[in-house]
Amino acid sequence: MKERFIEAILFLAATSSVFVTFGIVWILVKESIPFFAHVPLGEFLTGTEWTPLFENARFGILPLLCGTLLSTAIALSVAIPLGTVAAAFLSEYTKPWLREILKPILELLAAVPTVVYGYFALLFVTPLLQKIHPDLGGFNVLSAGLVMGMMIVPYVSSLSEDAMRSVPGHLKEGSFALGASRFQTIFRVVIPTAFSGMTSAYILAISRALGETMVVSIAAGMQPNLTANPLEPAATITAFIVQVSMGDLPHGSIGYQSIYVAGLTLLFLTLCFNVLGLWLRQKYQEKE
Amino acid sequence: MTTNTNLNLRAEVKDLSFSYGPKKVLNRVSMPIYENRITALIGPSGCGKTTLLRCFNRMHDLYAATNYDGEILLHPEKRNVLARDVDPMEVRMRIGMVFQKPNPFPKSIFENVAYGLRVRGVRKRSFIEDRVEKSLQQAGLWSEVKDRLPSPATALSGGQQQRLCIARALATEPEILLLDEPTSALDPISTTHIEELITELKKDWTIVIVTHNLHQASRTADYTAFMYLGDLIEFDTSDKLFTTPRDPRTENYITGRFG
Ligand SMILES: Nc1ncnc2c1ncn2[C@@H]1O[C@H](COP(=O)(O)OP(=O)(O)O)[C@@H](O)[C@H]1O
Ligand SMILES: [Mg+2]
Repeated sequence: MKERFIEAILFLAATSSVFVTFGIVWILVKESIPFFAHVPLGEFLTGTEWTPLFENARFGILPLLCGTLLSTAIALSVAIPLGTVAAAFLSEYTKPWLREILKPILELLAAVPTVVYGYFALLFVTPLLQKIHPDLGGFNVLSAGLVMGMMIVPYVSSLSEDAMRSVPGHLKEGSFALGASRFQTIFRVVIPTAFSGMTSAYILAISRALGETMVVSIAAGMQPNLTANPLEPAATITAFIVQVSMGDLPHGSIGYQSIYVAGLTLLFLTLCFNVLGLWLRQKYQEKE
Repeated sequence: MTTNTNLNLRAEVKDLSFSYGPKKVLNRVSMPIYENRITALIGPSGCGKTTLLRCFNRMHDLYAATNYDGEILLHPEKRNVLARDVDPMEVRMRIGMVFQKPNPFPKSIFENVAYGLRVRGVRKRSFIEDRVEKSLQQAGLWSEVKDRLPSPATALSGGQQQRLCIARALATEPEILLLDEPTSALDPISTTHIEELITELKKDWTIVIVTHNLHQASRTADYTAFMYLGDLIEFDTSDKLFTTPRDPRTENYITGRFG
């Protein structure tokens, strides 16, 4: 009897996240259905303007999608190389005592409130970039993306380091015994062996970048702008959601529904990257 | 100790002591390594066989607090590989090693064998291909894997993996091949296979092998060194050491009275 009770509790705990996920999906879908009664799906997917709050409202998701993917790409181009190198350094080069000091410091990067990063981008990084490129506006995707990248370095490095450290010592010794340097051993044996574990780190970083709100809201300008130029301002899906939900929209209006549609799009995007990650992981595991 | 003046020396261990931190594991070990001969290191578990073997290619340098004292001279130039100014990487380029447990990289069969060449910066495709084929042939694995060189090495059986590791070590044509109990993780058939292979290899290579299998030592090795608690007790031709040991400790060990 007691066993059954404990089992039930454990089962609930284990499945609660599944329920929450389904709950979120259900609400997003429910609120999105009336939206698509007004706006045809084709227009939503191909429209190049996103102005849901204007008199003459347009509902093309492309500008938001573009802003989201661009800021994520910039962030990843910072976080993945830096995070991977940091992980390799921590797992292969440092003495244990130094690692014990460096790791918490690195992880502190993830503990800084994102609003601080937002203003750091706006008030420090943007002026710095303006010194190099004077035409750069006060709001731009580049600065937001770079800072976001810094912010998610620990997400990449922490999991990557775990993956690298779990590479068996006898494989590394095998490489050294063939005359390889430490650097060669890391790039030719440790990283390829750890790669399936490292993809989890990368996927987490992507999800984190896609969902990041504060930094882009503060530093990128909140202007839905269909451009691939990182020097221009733009809005991401999340920035739009914050912007709109801070105003007071009548419940059930199309503007209100557009928040849910944007949310659903983001969820879908994240899901796509996770599936891609899973596929990559499996592909690399097969190779082992 | 008997030294054979009719044979060429490939290396010479001289007064080698070694310690892991405060723990002294080898005590002034001296022994010759003859060219194109198989030298076996035997002795009870924990006597320092692996430690001695790993001195030859400076594997201990990978870890902190390890101290060498003494010399291992690599002939003909009599260079001391343990000297401080000698780069361990350079030593490992010249002395190959096969480990107790097969440790193929999670790469293709081809890339495993090509690894040593790649880290040496060899680029020429035809050269690498030739060398991979030759090494696999020498390791007696070619006929089994020639149709599946691009497939993962980890899919091979344990015995095949160990022969792959031997091929991988041979590919860079090392001057000495070190083998640390290469058959201890294998079944009897694979073991016989590898023993035959090792005997075959001595035509072209100088081999030092650690084994806890006395039959293996007497069957395959030309010379055998018996170690006990970090000391080299006796070094002789395998014939003499196994039939007429001079030290009572050697006799006790080979007759199975301890160890
Ligand atoms: N990394 C190490 N740190 C400290 N002591 C070690 C280490 N490796 C081996 N030893 C000790 O050194 C001695 C010799 O070990 P080893 O060379 O592995 O013996 P064998 O190969 O003959 O069984 C043993 O007492 C062992 O406990
Ligand atoms: Mg051993």
